This record gives sequence, structure tokens and C-alpha cells, in this order.
Amino acid sequence: MSIIETRDLVRDFKKTRAVDRMTFSVEPGEAVGYIGANGAGKSTTIKMLTGILKPTSGHVRTCGLDPMRQRVEVARRVGVVFGQRSQLWWDLPLRDSFAILGAIHRMDEAATRARTDLLVEQLEMGPQLGTAVRSLSLGQRMRAEIAAALLHSPELLILDEPTIGLDVLSKQRLREFLVAERREQGTTLLLTTHDMGDIERLCDRVLVVDHGRLAFDGTLTGLAGTVGAQRILVIDLAQPTPDLHDVPGATLVDSESDGLRQRLSFDAEATTVAAVLAHVSSRHEVRDLTIEEPDIEDVVRRIYAASGRT
Amino acid sequence: MKTFWLLVRAGFRRHSTYRLALLAGMTTNSVFGFIRASILLAALASAGTAIGGYDAPTTIAFVWWGQALLGTVNLWGFAEVKDRVRTGDIAVDFLRPVDPQIAYLAGDLGRAGINLVGRGVPALLLGALLFDMAWPPSAVSWVAGAVSILLAVVVAFSGNFVINLLAFWLVEIRGITLLWMITGGLLCGLYLPVPWFPDWLRTIANWSPFPSMLQNPIDILAGRVVGDDIASAVGVQVFWAVALLALGQVVLRAGRRRLEVQGG
Repeated sequence: MSIIETRDLVRDFKKTRAVDRMTFSVEPGEAVGYIGANGAGKSTTIKMLTGILKPTSGHVRTCGLDPMRQRVEVARRVGVVFGQRSQLWWDLPLRDSFAILGAIHRMDEAATRARTDLLVEQLEMGPQLGTAVRSLSLGQRMRAEIAAALLHSPELLILDEPTIGLDVLSKQRLREFLVAERREQGTTLLLTTHDMGDIERLCDRVLVVDHGRLAFDGTLTGLAGTVGAQRILVIDLAQPTPDLHDVPGATLVDSESDGLRQRLSFDAEATTVAAVLAHVSSRHEVRDLTIEEPDIEDVVRRIYAASGRT
Repeated sequence: MKTFWLLVRAGFRRHSTYRLALLAGMTTNSVFGFIRASILLAALASAGTAIGGYDAPTTIAFVWWGQALLGTVNLWGFAEVKDRVRTGDIAVDFLRPVDPQIAYLAGDLGRAGINLVGRGVPALLLGALLFDMAWPPSAVSWVAGAVSILLAVVVAFSGNFVINLLAFWLVEIRGITLLWMITGGLLCGLYLPVPWFPDWLRTIANWSPFPSMLQNPIDILAGRVVGDDIASAVGVQVFWAVALLALGQVVLRAGRRRLEVQGG
């Protein structure tokens, strides 16, 4: 059974259609990135998935439940972090927020304590447990928010802009934690973000939404392929070499220093880095190589351009 | 139930972190207690007899229990829920497997608890020390008084909760809040005991929920209401508590359907 299922989901605000006949499903254990410009309909979709917002029409199921009518049941099985809102108690030490949330989720005290200890250890928050939430730094608070959302071990974790405003190091720690958490618990992840690093590190599937419509549903590699963005393999060779025109599935982009460095573009769907490398190294001595990935923001821009948006 | 109790405790702890505010509140309550006691005693002296069942010691009890309950019962209302509706943070409340009304009620009971202990009781004791005050005449009055205080907190919370929820429909509810404060402040019996009102005003007050927020517990604790009348005073409070909580549920549901969380 799908953990998220929408069919022809529509939400109208006064004059605009925020979500337009959205149909997709997410299977348990998947990690899905949900991307699009501001106002594309991402948050509106999430609010309908969690029973905060009533759909204008269409069908939506979260964990097999109707979120509007079974809000409480959905809340027990889903964890949500809105990057710009807090679910913690501002005036209380962080520890107390976990205790209260544990009680709200009807966990007994021992279970709450064990789960808190585990999350606190993994997120390295021990020193902040006694600190009032209002005194935490943004990075600390965001880790606390995620711990709070995961306290009741939800099947589905929904993160709306979890890394917004974080510095590079904080982002990195958060991503590492999420990767480990998913590996251990098999939690399904739905993530909205403007940070393509989040998508690249965390997600194996991408949904692109544009004007409330689903513009793309597939892998990140496939997304790049759809709009013709290609990966580029940069090969440094030991000897000056004639231009590599004869590599199957790859096209020469340019060649520098008498062919000491050559750049080959290739379609990730058609061939692999290994195949290209094997072909080249069977004929020439390869010293070094790097891979240039397509810039995802550029890819999304192209999808928008293709659908007639500037 | 355990969840409810934990939320009550959280409310208690939240508000107990602001000790200076409690002290300031206690001081203000005491100062106003002196002023009100002097004015009402003067009124009583010029009348030369008990007014509306209040003699001097019960009037003093009326004043000081009133001052003690002023911070405990949320007469002036609160803005937290309104603000959360306006900013969209109310969405977070709907992401929890608890009813927001019940959760906020629990928090408010905790707030009432710390205010009674940290602010109300000290003011009351100070008043009792300096004036000749009537105490509850029996154990029944003490127990019924405690229940009545609890109900007063619930009634005041439930009414204010409904007012706060109007933010779902109105951009700014300050006018309504102000109207509630002025009407409520008068009709709950804070300035003058309700039995001192002219007939027409007393009739209006008695048909409103406001005396249930202050006058009823004070009457029981000052010993003006005794015997079978205690049951009817408490009964009226139960009626208003249930009615306003039910109204809150209806409005909350309508608001949730209407919800258009702003931003993001």
C-alpha cells in the first residue's frame, strides 16, 4: 500500500489554483524530493497531506487514511517539520518539549526517555537539553525540531524547508543524520527544499511542481536527462592524445593542452562513467578524472521554460 | 488523561519561569486591594447597614478573594491562539494527535495554578493580615469554593478561546477583545459585587457567563452563598463551562475548514 496517494488533487484559494489535478504516490521507504519555485504549490500539498488544509476536490490518502477526517490518526503516524514554524515550547528547557510530545503521542515515560536519549545522541544535542528553546541557535533549534518530529517513530517524515537559513556545517550534519536515520528505521521521507544539495544527498526520486501541476516525476538523473542536461567526464591523460571522438555514447566537448585534458559529455541514461572510462583507458593511460554533474537549479529552470514559464 | 495532566504541568512550569512578573502582579493586586477595600468599606459605612447580603467582613473577603483570583482566572483574555491563527502557527497545533482546545485548556489550568499559588494566595494572606476578613464558614464552603475557582478558570478560558478563534474570520480582533474586557470586567463582579447592581443590570449579568468567572466562587468563599444555594451557584458555572466549551468546538471546526494558513 502506498504511504502517500493523491489523485486529481485540487486546491483553490480565492482567485488562484494553488494545486492543480496533482496525481502521484509514494511507496514506503522512498525518499522523495518535492521541488519547485515559491508559490508553486509545495506547502499547500503538504498541508493537504497532513489534514491542515481541506482539498477543493480530488482524492488524498496518507498512510491509507483520509487526513481531513482522520487527522489525529494521521498525526500519530506522520512527523512534520515546517522549517519556519516551531513545534517546541519556547519558554521551557528543550528536555520538557520532548517529555510533553512523548505524552501527547501516548508514549510511556521510559520509551520517551529512551527515544529522546537516542535522538539527542545522534544529533549531538546533549549540552542543549537544559536550555530554554528560545535561547537555542537556529541550527540547534532545527535539529531539535527534527528530533521532535521523529520522537514517536513516524512511518513518514515530512520536512518543509528543513535547511533554510542553516550554515554549511549545520546542513551537512542534518543531512548525515537523516541518511543514517532512514537507513536504520526505513522511514519514508518527503522533503521540500530550495537547496539542491539536500535533494542530491537525501533523495532518490524527485517531483517537480510548477503552477500547482506536476511537471516531472522520476529520478534525479532522469530529471537531468529529460531536459537534455548531460553529465561531463573530465579525463586527464598521461600523454598528449588526439581528440577522443570515437567513445560510444559520449561526445567530445573540448580538449586542452594538446589533448592532456579532454572533456566528454554523456547521457547518463545511455551509458555509464565506468563504460566510458573503460573504453578510454583501454587505449590511453588515464591519470585523473572528475565528473561534473548538471546543475539542478538550471535543470528545473529549463523544465519551467519548457512548460512556457519565464 | 495523562497527556492532559502533563500539559497542565507544562503550563504551570512555563508561567513559573517569569518570577518577576508574578511578583509584580502580586504587588499590583495588593495595592489595588487596599484601594478597593477602602472605597467599599466607605460605601458600606455611609449605608450604615449590610448591602445585598454583604457586611464589612464579607465585603473585605469579596475584595481580597477578587484580587487573589484576578490573575488566576484569565479575565482579561489571552492572545496566544489569536496570534497563532494570524501567523499560521495554528497549523502546528493541528499536526498533533490532540484536540487544540483541550491542549490549550490544560495549559491555561497550569497557568492558573501558578498564578493562584505565586500571586493570588500571597495577596489574599496580606489582605487577611491587615483587614478583618470573613473566611469560608464550613469545610463544604472550602471544597465547593475550590471547585468553583476551577470552574471559573474553565469558563473564562472557554469564552476567551472562542473570541481568539474569531481571528479565523477577522483580520483584527482587538475591538472585540476590548469589548469583552469592558463588559466582562463589569459584569463578572470585579468592580462591585453583582448583588449591588441595580435590578436591570443584575438581570443582564445573571444571564451572562461573566459572574461564573468571579462572582460565584467569591460568593461561596466569602460565605454569602451557603447551603443549597452553593449547588445552584456551582451548577450555573457547570452549565456555562459546558456550553462555552461546546461552542468552542463548533467554532474550532468551522475555523479549521476555513483555514488558509498564511505564507509559505
